[in-house]
Amino acid sequence: MFKVERKPVADLGMDDTAKGLAPERIEKVMRWVLERESDARLRTYVETCIHCGLCSEACHYYLSYKRDPSYAPVSKVRQTLWDILGRKHPADGETVKKYARIAFAECNLCRRCSMYCPFGIDIAYLLALVRRICGLLNVAPQYLQDNTNSHIHTFTQSWVGQDDYVDTLQFLEEELRMDILNARIPLDKTGAEYMYTPHSHEVTFKTHLLANMARILNVAGIDWTMPSTDGWENTNQAMHAGYYETMGMIERKHFEAAFRLKVRRILAGECGHAFRAAVYDGTRWLGWKTPPVPYVSAIQFFYELVRDGRIRIARKIQEPVTVQDPCSFVRNRGLGEMLRYIIRATCEDFREVTPKLEHNYCCCAGGGVINYGPPWKFIRMEGGRIKVRQFRETGAKIVIAPCHSCHKTIEEMSDFYKLGLHVLFANELIVKTMEVPEAMRAVQQKNEGTGGV
Amino acid sequence: MYDFLTGMEFYRFLKGPMVWFAFIIFTGGSAYRVISLVYRSRNAKVIYTYMDLKYSLRSILHWIIPFASTNMRNHPWMTIITFLFHGCLIFTPVFLLAHNMLIQESWNIAWWTLPERTADAMTFIVIMCVVFFAIRRLVSPEVRFVTSASDFVILSIAAAPFVTGFLAFHHLMIDYRLALNIHILAGEIMLIAIPFTRLSHMLFFWLIRAYTGSDFGAVRHSKDY
Ligand code: SF4
Ligand code: SF4
Ligand code: SF4
Repeated sequence: MFKVERKPVADLGMDDTAKGLAPERIEKVMRWVLERESDARLRTYVETCIHCGLCSEACHYYLSYKRDPSYAPVSKVRQTLWDILGRKHPADGETVKKYARIAFAECNLCRRCSMYCPFGIDIAYLLALVRRICGLLNVAPQYLQDNTNSHIHTFTQSWVGQDDYVDTLQFLEEELRMDILNARIPLDKTGAEYMYTPHSHEVTFKTHLLANMARILNVAGIDWTMPSTDGWENTNQAMHAGYYETMGMIERKHFEAAFRLKVRRILAGECGHAFRAAVYDGTRWLGWKTPPVPYVSAIQFFYELVRDGRIRIARKIQEPVTVQDPCSFVRNRGLGEMLRYIIRATCEDFREVTPKLEHNYCCCAGGGVINYGPPWKFIRMEGGRIKVRQFRETGAKIVIAPCHSCHKTIEEMSDFYKLGLHVLFANELIVKTMEVPEAMRAVQQKNEGTGGV
Repeated sequence: MYDFLTGMEFYRFLKGPMVWFAFIIFTGGSAYRVISLVYRSRNAKVIYTYMDLKYSLRSILHWIIPFASTNMRNHPWMTIITFLFHGCLIFTPVFLLAHNMLIQESWNIAWWTLPERTADAMTFIVIMCVVFFAIRRLVSPEVRFVTSASDFVILSIAAAPFVTGFLAFHHLMIDYRLALNIHILAGEIMLIAIPFTRLSHMLFFWLIRAYTGSDFGAVRHSKDY
């Protein structure tokens, strides 16, 4: 039989927590998840799968690891759920750790395999159940658990308190005013059309992204606001750890902020997972069919601005540009064509990727993998090899990646594999190319209509 | 034993009560499996909430028409063989002259039948496809990794009626009466097995595709083919 080999990884969140696990507790959690929480899909999928292996090539891990059969989607189910469902003896901590490694570090829950299975079996759903089991047993990458704790304590993923957040917004507003006349970052404005939701990194080490968004909103003359209270951030990492109670709490807080301000829509920043949690997982957990406040992604928003002429593109980017289709926005929301519309409007030389749109590969950072910290970085670098090849083939110098996870991992891949790629968010693309009308410029000589970025 | 297996008494049993039994288990079991799935799905928050007829049909159509989905185009040989296999597997028994004559004998109804040579060729195709699938299970690493004994059992259940039918028709290898009796038995076993083994993919294909199609199309504005 084929031997499954993996590099050992030291992660306290899995090693230490798995050690003391009592088999009775494991048994209880497994029963709870598989018999009470899961639905009819579980058994139907497992019993219908004919073990044909046709889903293999859908998975970027399988392709990146030189067609190693143990990375095929169905193989991951074999090594986890088949094993769990067929168990005669209760599992021990070591076994749970083995399941956790597969469910957390060998699947990005990108759902590409569902498009390749003749039955449309949702492997991501099955592996998310395994994550849920491991999560309830606290066997999950330590960094991910830390993110979840941060969500619980600060309602953001990276320990950003409300005070720091408000402070940063005020600082950014002041700075923006040096460029844009009377620019505002309106806090707590009731009845605005949009409430903007950034990633918490946009108020820590990527503040230029928040400034960019504010710049675009000001130039386009949008009626918008941001809450001064918790609930401003919803980059739901708890969703990935299988801590669904926390996932629900984060989204509730988030929607409550929007209710309180009576905004008409929520404008989501470029974070695939925040979007996914708000539009699908979190919303459903809370019992809504669709988000209680209409949810607009930045991609759709920019597309509408450009299409309707609310902003004017003054100059186009000349270097060859290609794109990363974030799973959460494209395969799972169909925004791929809008994204291309934005790119074509702002770039002279767009190089399409193969496969493209909903068939595009995941960047290998999704499903929370980006947040597992240093011990797991090699997973993203190795699992992303197929992505690297894809980018190389386009010959592009710039990659548009409108998702924080994709963005970060592609930057790292570019360093790791010396690709010399420059990675841009969609809002960077807009700010680089958009015209700032004469009358709006605060300091003429300093600002040629660019700035920011 | 041999006398019994080749005897008329066994033949009459297989042709009479056993056929009824097999059909009742097949239809009853299938209905039970489908209805119980439909019923159990009620409790899931996300299933009926998002079902959509248009996208269900879009998904099913893209996966029952050869080469209508990306993965089918990626694996042309597998696609051709799979469609040949399933097509012949379903059409041959339904439109076989010998089966029709039996039905006409019992109920006096009949329908169009396949020319004997064609039916014979189709039977042969099914057998060759099974051989292909069995070899694929052994040599293709990603398939082998998820293959267990049960996969071969299921393959054998599907192959047995065709192999024995073929032998009986050509009077090959074993005694005609023996081949015929085993052939009927094998067909009945297959019918009984459909609802209760992974052969039930015949029933669930439509339901899972409808759900996945709805989710991809109506909810996520995307494609699943
Ligand atoms: S990473 Fe994507 S393609 Fe691979 S198994 Fe997970 S959901 Fe399927
Ligand atoms: S393609 Fe579908 S049926 Fe085939 S092995 Fe994969 S999940 Fe199972
Ligand atoms: S990180 Fe990006 S590409 Fe990867 S799953 Fe999330 S959205 Fe998808």
